[in-house]
Amino acid sequence: MRLVVASGKGGTGKTLVAANLAAVLSSEMEVVLVDCDVEEPNAHLFFPSEEKVLPVLIDVPAFESSRCNHCGNCSDSCQYGAIVVLREQLLFFPAMCHGCGGCELVCPQGAISMAKRPIGHIAFSTPRQGLVLITGVLHEREVMSPRVIREALNYASGHALVICDAPPGTACPVVETLEGADACIFVTEPTRFGLHDLTLAAGVAELLGVPSGVVINRSMGDDDSIRDFCRARKLPVLTTIPFDRDIAETVNSGQLLTDRMPIMRGQFRELFSRACVLTGV
Amino acid sequence: MIVCVTAKGPGPEDLMEERFGRSPYFLFKNTEGGEWSSIANKFADTAGGVGPRAAQVLIDRGTHVLITGNIGGNALAVLQAAGIEIYLFKSSGTAADAFQKFIAGQLKKFS
Amino acid sequence: MMLQVAVISGKGGTGKTVVTAALADILPGKLAFADCDVEAANLALLLSPREKRRIPFFGMKKAVIREETCVVCGLCKAACRFNAIYQEPGGAYRVDPVRCEGCAVCMGVCPERAISLLEHQGGEVVTADSDRGPLVYAELRPGSGNSGLLVHEVKKEALKESEGRDLLLIDGPPGIGCPVISTMSGISAIVIVTEPGIAALHDLRRLVTVSSGFSLLHWVVINRADLHHGYTGEIELFCAEKGIPVIGKIPFDPAVMLAVRDGVPVTRRDCAASRELAGIGKRLAEGLSYVPG
Repeated sequence: MRLVVASGKGGTGKTLVAANLAAVLSSEMEVVLVDCDVEEPNAHLFFPSEEKVLPVLIDVPAFESSRCNHCGNCSDSCQYGAIVVLREQLLFFPAMCHGCGGCELVCPQGAISMAKRPIGHIAFSTPRQGLVLITGVLHEREVMSPRVIREALNYASGHALVICDAPPGTACPVVETLEGADACIFVTEPTRFGLHDLTLAAGVAELLGVPSGVVINRSMGDDDSIRDFCRARKLPVLTTIPFDRDIAETVNSGQLLTDRMPIMRGQFRELFSRACVLTGV
Repeated sequence: MIVCVTAKGPGPEDLMEERFGRSPYFLFKNTEGGEWSSIANKFADTAGGVGPRAAQVLIDRGTHVLITGNIGGNALAVLQAAGIEIYLFKSSGTAADAFQKFIAGQLKKFS
Repeated sequence: MMLQVAVISGKGGTGKTVVTAALADILPGKLAFADCDVEAANLALLLSPREKRRIPFFGMKKAVIREETCVVCGLCKAACRFNAIYQEPGGAYRVDPVRCEGCAVCMGVCPERAISLLEHQGGEVVTADSDRGPLVYAELRPGSGNSGLLVHEVKKEALKESEGRDLLLIDGPPGIGCPVISTMSGISAIVIVTEPGIAALHDLRRLVTVSSGFSLLHWVVINRADLHHGYTGEIELFCAEKGIPVIGKIPFDPAVMLAVRDGVPVTRRDCAASRELAGIGKRLAEGLSYVPG
C-alpha cells in the first residue's frame, strides 16, 4: 500500500505527519518513508542517520567532434534550445537538455551517442528498526524534479507499506508523487490560505482518482470553513492537531511528536487506520 | 558591419529592451547605411532555452555587434563563440538612440 | 527603471505572503504586485482585488496522435524516453499529456506523419486591481506542468500593468527549482522569509546556493524568531557569513493567524508582528534606495 501525505500549501505540516506516522508504525511493521519533496527534502532532519547515496542520472548527448560536420540538424530538432551549431563549433547546454535523444536520431554522421549526467541523488538510511528512509534530492540549480521523484519511488516499489512526503503545490512534481497511490492524506491549516490551497490540491487527487482525507493542523478549535469544505467534497476529516507553541517548538527543533509526547502515538495509529479505510482495505 | 539592437517594438523609435533572450524584437542596421530591418523574437515567450536560440537568430543574420541591456550566461557563450561583440546600453531610450551612442563610441563593450 | 523585489523562502509556509501583503500595505509610493506562486496563489486573498481580465495560458506543446492516420507500428512508443506513449487495450496508441515533454521525437520517427505537437492550455493569468495598485496572479490547472513558464507569463503581464509604478512587489513560490529560478531572473532584489527551525534553515542554505548565482540584492527576515533562539542564532550566523543583512525578526504572534483568517494584511492590526513589519518596510526601502515618485 502506498500512502501520500500532501497539502497544496507549503509549511502546513506534511513532513510532521509523514514522519510521525512512519515512526509510530515502524514499531509494528516494516515501513518505507519516501521524501518526494526533492527541492527541499526535510524528512531526514527528523531521522539523523548514516546514509548511502546513489546518483540520479539522466540521458544527455555526447558529441564526437571529429565526426561532426556542423550541419545543424541536431540544433534544429532540439525543442529545448540546448544545442547551438556554429560554422566550426558546436555548443551544448546540459541544464536545458531533457534527454529525449532526438539529436542522436537525426545526426547523419553518427556523431552523437547518449551518455549520463547526474541531476540529483537518492539517499537511503535505516534510522530505526523497521524503518527505511528514501530521500530524493534535486541538486541545486537543476530543475527536473519529477525525474528524481520517479527514481525515489521506483526504489520503494514492492514494499508492503510506503509513506510518501509529497512536494507542495499542484503541478508536475505533485502529480508524479500522487499518480498510482492508494490513498492521500491532505494536511491543511484553518486559514484562508490553507482552504484555498486544499481546494486546488484536492482537485489533483480527484483528477488522478486517488481517495483522500484531511488532517487539520494548527487547529484553534474553530475549523468550520475547512470542515464545511470537507463535507461538501466528501473528504473525511481524519484527525486534528492543535495550534500549540510546544508542538511548533518540537517540530522546529527536528524532534518527533510521537517521541517527545508519547500521548500522541495513539492519535497517529488511529490516523493510519482511518487512512486504510480510505483505500477500502 | 551589421548591428542588432534589442527593442520593445519593431521600429527604431521604439524603446530599447533591456533583456536579450526575451526581447520582443531584434532590430538590425548596417553601419554602412541602408534602412532598419526588424524581426519579432519568436522565442520571447518560450519555456526555456531562450538565450542560445535567440543568439542563433543573430548568427543567422550575420550580426557583428549586439546592443542590449542584460545578457545571460548561455547566450553569452554562444555570442562569444560566434565572435559577436556585445555593447551594453543601460539607460532608457529608443533603439535609434542606442545605435547613435554606439556609433559615437559612447557605449561600453561587454567582455 | 522600476524596482522589482521578490519575497521568497525555500521552505513553504514560513510567511512569504504575510510579509508581502504587509509590505504592500505599508510601503510608500505607487506599487504593483505579482503572485508568482502559481501553484497556490494566495496574495489575492489578502489584497481584496477586483478582477479585470483572464488570459489563457498555453504551456509547452504536447504530442497528439491522429488515430485515422496511425498504422499502429509502435515506433513512437519505442522512441519515447519519457514513457509518455501507451497502447490502449483496443490497440490504439495514445499520448499521456502529463508525461509528454514535447520533445517531438515521436513526430520525427512516425512513418505516417500521424503525430503533431499541439498547444495545451495549462491555466490562466488573471489581472486585477487592488487598493494599492494592480495585481497579476495565475491559476494553474491542477496537475499541469510548466509552472516556470507560467511564472514568466505572470511577470510579463505584471510588467505591462506596472507602467508608471515605482515598485513591483512579487510573492514568490517555495522551493529552489524551475518556478523560483524563473521568479528571480531579471529582478532587482529578494527578501527571504525564514523561520528558526531545522527544516527552514536547511532550505535557506539550499536557496542561497541558487540565488547567489543571480546578481541580486539579498535580505533575510526571520519570522516567528522567538520560537527557537538557538536556530535564530544559527540563521543570523549563516547570514553574516554570506554577507546577507537580516532586516527583521518578527515575533511568534497569534494576531498574524487571526489577520490571515480575516483576509487582511497583519499591518492593519496593532500587534507586535505589525510593529516589526513596519521597521522591515523602512529598512527595505533604505536598502533599495527606494525614492517613490
